[in-house]
Amino acid sequence: MFRNIGEIILLFWRTLLALPQTWRQRQKVFDQFFEIGNASLLMVCVLSFFIGGVIALNFGPVLVEHSMASVVGGVVGLALAKELAPVMMAILIAGRIGSAMAAEIGSMSVYQEVDALRTMNINPIHYLVLPRVLAISLALPMLVVFSVLVGWFGGAVVANYNHLMDIPFRVFFANLRDIVELQDVANGVFKSFCFAVIVGVVSCHQGLTTIGGPRGIGRSVTKAVVNSIVLIVIFDYLLTRFLLK
Amino acid sequence: MNDTTQSSQGVGLVVRGLRKSFDGQEVLKGIDLAVRPGEIFVIMGPSGSGKSVLLKHLIGLETPDAGEILVNGDPISAPETAAKYRMALVFQSGALLNSLTVGENVGLYLAEHRLKPPAEIERIVAEKLADVGLKDVMHKMPAELSGGMKKRAAIARALVIEPQLILYDEPTSELDPVSAVVIGNEILELNRRIRVTSLVVSHDRDLAFGVADRIAVIAEGRILTVGTPAEVKNFQDPLVQNFLTADFKRAS
Repeated sequence: MFRNIGEIILLFWRTLLALPQTWRQRQKVFDQFFEIGNASLLMVCVLSFFIGGVIALNFGPVLVEHSMASVVGGVVGLALAKELAPVMMAILIAGRIGSAMAAEIGSMSVYQEVDALRTMNINPIHYLVLPRVLAISLALPMLVVFSVLVGWFGGAVVANYNHLMDIPFRVFFANLRDIVELQDVANGVFKSFCFAVIVGVVSCHQGLTTIGGPRGIGRSVTKAVVNSIVLIVIFDYLLTRFLLK
Repeated sequence: MNDTTQSSQGVGLVVRGLRKSFDGQEVLKGIDLAVRPGEIFVIMGPSGSGKSVLLKHLIGLETPDAGEILVNGDPISAPETAAKYRMALVFQSGALLNSLTVGENVGLYLAEHRLKPPAEIERIVAEKLADVGLKDVMHKMPAELSGGMKKRAAIARALVIEPQLILYDEPTSELDPVSAVVIGNEILELNRRIRVTSLVVSHDRDLAFGVADRIAVIAEGRILTVGTPAEVKNFQDPLVQNFLTADFKRAS
């Protein structure tokens, strides 16, 4: 386990050192970026709408019962912006994109394509890792902003049409504007950027260290997703502590 | 032929006391070899004898536990050696990048190192593919090619580097006999045309005796003998003779 952590930190450091290659690899970054967007946008939309709806459904009736209908918008808004959108989207991306990255690079490792790059003096970190980590680091924060907006809308729809709440859109969003500050959304976006780096580096690391044929690829994919999710949850706590100060 | 390939010139390769272990198991037990510039040198041996591991050391994909590898007298581990000499490996599977077209694969080295403008790269790629007898495959994906075509595309990718040393890992494995002969002739033709040093690792006896200037027989991580095909055939060692003469036992 410690060896794995050490290797992941080393790969992260090497990816940082490769940053000057960004302009050279820009086409691959854009390709990966659009692939991530294409693969996740619809899912992000559906998931976020229902997360917003579920939060409204869980807290709304209780708050209404205690004569606090006016704060439902704020509760849904804060929960989504600060916590749920960044964490849920990071987990979704780990499952949808991180697994695909680990499988693709893992397959390239097993079938000697990575070795072929090395024999041509092409650094796999420049060619494979950097574009993916950059693309996911750009895409996830954007998806989180989108997710927050859709989630707020989902919460507003449920709060408005559920007979236990009947909170008008105007009241919901007025309260949301009062309680949620831009800083809250920015914190969530910052967290999602950190999660994106974690998913990108962990998935690429698993891919590059894949051995043992199709079974090995399967193992790497599972490890990439599980390790990413564990690290997302741990870093979520650490970042929340850091951002609360 | 073309200007780019004619400019290549083979390099000499010396291996001294090469040792490598994986998880406590010694795979290479002190390999000594000398490959002359411009020759076709075949390393032949049964599966699991350490051939592919040796090949990975020769191209710098593995680091030895002990010993040294010299290219024209320069240690292969030195960063300047990689810049000074052009070496290419043709992988057993071809190892073409599946996400790129055949043309993009062949031109990858030039494109990634920005050595030529795109139009020039396209011209060179078409030329190298034609050199190995592949036509109308530039825009195909590797998955659309047969095993033999993949290997020839991999050779074309190696040629783009204008190599002074080409290493072939089991070039005829998984090929039908006709395709194997085509690949063998390709190795001979390249050697004749550009005098590139060719090091072939194979367990295919027909290929080895058909193309080699000299042959080394490896077994259990050790070189058993090195010599011309005739010398190796006459080498009286039970392991070598067993490998060279093994045949089916049919009742007469």
